[in-house]
Amino acid sequence: MLEARGLSRLAGDRAIVAEVSFGLEQGTVTALTGPSGSGKSSLLRLLVRLDEPTGGTVLLDGADYRNLPPPVLRRRVGLVLQTPFLFAGTVADNVRFGPAQRGERLSDADVDGLLARMGLAGFGERTVDRLSGGEAQRVSLARTLANRPEVLLLDEPTSALDESARGEVEDVVRATIADRELTCLIVTHDPAQAERLAGRILSIDRGRLVGDRSSAARAPGADRPAEAAV
Amino acid sequence: MPSLAPNSAALGLAQALVAATLAFAAIAAARSQGIRLERESLVAMVRGLVQVVAVGAVLVIVLAGPVWMWLAAIVLMAGAAGATAARRAARIPGALVLSVVSIAVGSALVIVPMTLLGVIPWAAAGLVPVSSMIIANAMNTGALALDRLRAELLAHRGQTEAALALGASSAVAAQPYVRAAVTASLIPRVDTLRSLGIVWIPGVMAGMLLSGVDPVYAGVYQFAVLAMIFAAAAFTALAATVLARRRSFGFADELVIE
Repeated sequence: MLEARGLSRLAGDRAIVAEVSFGLEQGTVTALTGPSGSGKSSLLRLLVRLDEPTGGTVLLDGADYRNLPPPVLRRRVGLVLQTPFLFAGTVADNVRFGPAQRGERLSDADVDGLLARMGLAGFGERTVDRLSGGEAQRVSLARTLANRPEVLLLDEPTSALDESARGEVEDVVRATIADRELTCLIVTHDPAQAERLAGRILSIDRGRLVGDRSSAARAPGADRPAEAAV
Repeated sequence: MPSLAPNSAALGLAQALVAATLAFAAIAAARSQGIRLERESLVAMVRGLVQVVAVGAVLVIVLAGPVWMWLAAIVLMAGAAGATAARRAARIPGALVLSVVSIAVGSALVIVPMTLLGVIPWAAAGLVPVSSMIIANAMNTGALALDRLRAELLAHRGQTEAALALGASSAVAAQPYVRAAVTASLIPRVDTLRSLGIVWIPGVMAGMLLSGVDPVYAGVYQFAVLAMIFAAAAFTALAATVLARRRSFGFADELVIE
């Protein structure tokens, strides 16, 4: 589905991401773990070209991602950022933003259905400044899913939340992945969360991939064999 | 009593000395309060005097010169204005070129048609000073717009990248910040128009009044000059922000300014 080949990014002489290679099989959930500053988020940014690699590339369904227009790549590979960064306006405005870039308008029913699956039924007309941290993060997930991505990248989606909100978001993430059979890569610094959510766990340290193993827990995709492509 | 329309260098120098004496009195008053302004002020006054005398001397040549000399002076002004504005945008790649281009385009879009229509007189004494006012204001507005756009994009990096991550083009992702930069950069020009004649009597009108021109005509023409200044400033801010926005994103529509 998605394959990173020798992906690297240098900042001056320092390698932020160094020669990282791995593959994500269709419908599997993979966690990317590592200490702060190890390059987890930087790697995710490279996968959607929010930063450009200084070496290597990414294949999406076998095709080099540099041959795709960036908006098309980012529609197919959805990234949910650590901080929601919602746009001013209503929740529905945010959910409709992605499809609107392609001239599509989500119906009210589509928006309501998507929000209901995020546990946000009836939130459509609420302005984003009236949301809690957990609600904002679920809106952020909803607006990415509104693009119907083939691959979902989650950058520490619960790290900025308190414990109860973390549980809510994690439940929604788990249900969404199972519901849509998404190919998913979740960045987390929490090993327990990685075990709960993913079938396969990649470890990164100082920009290099240093581990690739199956998760102990059964999670969506846990029954699928891990790719040993490190 | 000297005439209000000085026509000799000696008279001008005498007037400058009298005015400078008053400035020295202000410096002395400040010193009595322990505020030492003399060194910096003296250097600034000497420098200012030398600069305006030099500009006056150059203008004597330009105003008496052929058409190409007037046009060369205007082009030089636009180049210098671009270089000055570029300092504000130093961290945007290609800042010098985009500043020069935006100021040149914004100013030309006003100066050329207004000259052809006769609003700006086709004479060195009209074209050169009015153009210089238009270019100087375009420079200030362009610099403000570039400075603000960079600050807005950096302050809203998260929102910008969230929009990109959802499949927006860089033009759409940066649109709110381009709009904010253009609006903010034009606030001084709008305030100028709003306070015209009430808070201040601007240079063109003051000069025309000193020359004995009918005050009503002087006022109306001053409005025309300020309207041209506003138009050129707005065109410059639009051009500068569109060009700077393009330079702020890389080949993959990724935000590259820091």
